[in-house]
Amino acid sequence: MSGHVFHPGHHELHGITVVVTTHDNRTLVGRFDHEDARGIHLLDTGIHDPATSSASREDYLRRTLKFGVKPEHPRLIVPAAQVTAITPLREIAIS
Amino acid sequence: MPYDPALVRPMREEVTRLGARELHTVADVDNVLANHTGTALVFVNSVCGCAAGNARPALAQALANPVRPSAVFTVFAGQDVDATARARSYFGEYQPSSPSMALMRDGEVVFMMHRHMIEGRDPEAIVADLTAAFEQYCGAPVRD
Repeated sequence: MSGHVFHPGHHELHGITVVVTTHDNRTLVGRFDHEDARGIHLLDTGIHDPATSSASREDYLRRTLKFGVKPEHPRLIVPAAQVTAITPLREIAIS
Repeated sequence: MPYDPALVRPMREEVTRLGARELHTVADVDNVLANHTGTALVFVNSVCGCAAGNARPALAQALANPVRPSAVFTVFAGQDVDATARARSYFGEYQPSSPSMALMRDGEVVFMMHRHMIEGRDPEAIVADLTAAFEQYCGAPVRD
């Protein structure tokens, strides 16, 4: 992280497009807005669910890196207890 | 709801003073992008300080590169909503984000700088990616 946060007082990930991985192996890619007692609030989020998708997680992320995030959910809240990892999308490396 | 035009004006001018032609309407977009030949950069401007605050200075530095697109256009997301949607309709499979920059050649997107490639990065890093794309796609075509 370079630390460029233009909104003083916001979470350091505010405005950053992140990859959120959950305990049920879903991968959510969206813009981090804020975190509160209800969980992590994401904007314009796309979801990869291995239970319903024919594409692998790697293929989904590879396509997202090239073509951008398909904004399936304008606003989404992910309970913090479900989250296993949060990584900025730009830091994701797919071979 | 769009921001106060007075608030947005400096953000528009930061791009138009670089020579970018601002597209306000669907007709504006169609007039320049339909059947466009050669290279063009479409800058999707944004009020977002997280990313656009670095994108505009980076655009300025990148356009100083000797090899650059022959035309530069700009639409303003959240302000000129219809024009922005129309511009994105020319971007094929690429998903919308703002700010973003689409480098087009003969009507096809050959390089897209998505918002996630801008946010949190120093302008110099963004400039390096942009100028690399300019060098790759905007140079004179090789003739046999």
